[in-house]
Amino acid sequence: MEGTAMPKFTIKDLDLYYGDFKALNKINMEIPQKQIVAFIGPSGCGKSTFLKTLNRMNDLIEGVRIEGKVLLDNTDIYSDIDVIKLRQRVGMVFQQPNPFPMSIYDNVAYGPRIHGIKKKAQLDEIVERSLKQAAIWDEVKDRLKKNALGMSGGQQQRICIARALAVEPEVILMDEPTSALDPISTLKIEDLAVELKQKYTIVIVTHNMQQASRISDKTAFFLTGDVIEYGETSQIFNNPREKKTEEYITGRFG
Amino acid sequence: MSRNVKRDILEKVVEAIFLICALVGVVSVAAIIIFVFYQGLHPFFGSDAYSFWDFISGTRWAPSEDVYGVFFMIVASVLATLGAIIIGVPLGVLTAVFIAEIAPKNAVKVIKPAVELLAGIPSVLYGAFGLGVIVPLIREISPEVQGQSLLAVIIVLTIMVLPTIVSLSEAAIKAVPKSYREASLGLGASKMQTIFKVVVPAAKSGILSAAVLGIGRAIGETMAVMMIAGNPTQGLPDSIWSMVRPLTTNIAMEMSYSSGRQQEMLFATGVILFVFIMIVNLTLIRLTHKAGEKDK
Repeated sequence: MEGTAMPKFTIKDLDLYYGDFKALNKINMEIPQKQIVAFIGPSGCGKSTFLKTLNRMNDLIEGVRIEGKVLLDNTDIYSDIDVIKLRQRVGMVFQQPNPFPMSIYDNVAYGPRIHGIKKKAQLDEIVERSLKQAAIWDEVKDRLKKNALGMSGGQQQRICIARALAVEPEVILMDEPTSALDPISTLKIEDLAVELKQKYTIVIVTHNMQQASRISDKTAFFLTGDVIEYGETSQIFNNPREKKTEEYITGRFG
Repeated sequence: MSRNVKRDILEKVVEAIFLICALVGVVSVAAIIIFVFYQGLHPFFGSDAYSFWDFISGTRWAPSEDVYGVFFMIVASVLATLGAIIIGVPLGVLTAVFIAEIAPKNAVKVIKPAVELLAGIPSVLYGAFGLGVIVPLIREISPEVQGQSLLAVIIVLTIMVLPTIVSLSEAAIKAVPKSYREASLGLGASKMQTIFKVVVPAAKSGILSAAVLGIGRAIGETMAVMMIAGNPTQGLPDSIWSMVRPLTTNIAMEMSYSSGRQQEMLFATGVILFVFIMIVNLTLIRLTHKAGEKDK
């Protein structure tokens, strides 16, 4: 459909205000297709806020105002796409695993169901495919009817990824998806992200710089609402252009 | 040393005071149960015992003829409560959803205190309202000559259980983690889909508790009901237009002047009411217990 050169997201002069407070400052960025882009930066730098502008989750917060443009495949997501349709195309995985208090099956089938798929055979197939894609099928295939809250944190997070995949999005936003998990679960999610970029564009916010350098193709460094530097991950970590980036990745602040 | 002794004694005294406070409730419940059951079970034992079966299955209450049947009252109480719950629960839950999820802040500022105020109105005023407004309205449309009816009781009880159901359901809905809502919206669900497919199901056990408490409130209500029920002394209600005599009003209407067997039979009516309340409370404990387990 689109040429590989065409970015998935194009962000132009994006400002975001919480009431009077300006949280994002003239962000310009292109997010390429089928790659992993990582956002790093100290707490409160705006990286999560920016992530949430990409599927309009900030709409839920009172007093948020946005100026500038966010284009998904060249369409303005704030004026030309229905927000429900947008979130179908741009899925999200949250910081805390947040499965619904229902069975694993119902969790994964939730998205397809609300979008009108009712046939059991079709749902079965989507659930199985999504859980396989999220690399958790083997662990849960015999207990699909069990409550998802009974799983471990790492398993819950992969169920949440499966749930996001089940609506067949084009982009997956991950907001510090491993910050609540143990190292082994973290590694599994990282492997999964790398696996998933063959089919999906992934944007991940992380506090963990090693994680960004391990899995991402491009990295953006945020500081107090500004993008200080954005480029190839290897360049950002080995050869940063900005002094502040260097100071942050070498651990001098943050 | 002596200060320590003093402190130890003080500790013990304070502990004892707490214990006494806690015992007041327990002792009262025990005393009421023993009293009601002793008085209420008395007529069914001894030389001129009244048949318990006649009591519980009878549909006529005529103390002057030594006839005491309460089956029609049980039916009246159950129907009135059921009616109030069937209308009150959906009404109350939807109100709670509206307050917790949908209404703009200004609307909440009006609706919430209004509903809470409803809980504070003395029941005698509900009765007066029922008699002055609802009963005449029903008389207009009823095939019967009088407006006092099962329907009037159901309507007033529905209003009376609303505050319980609304505030408890609202608390349950508010307690649903925000992350569930975010997850649902993030998958492209609409606000209404999120509310009815995620939020309300997640609040299910709290809403059920609200309904059960509502049942307890409805079945025990006396004063308001007495003024609008009609209180016939016999006959099963055959439609919502029929007059009814719930268990509670039977006790309230005759207790002040009764004596002897009649009075004992009123206590027996109380025993039946007690059994109902007990069932309601046990159900509630079950429900909240289950909900607590699930959270772990």
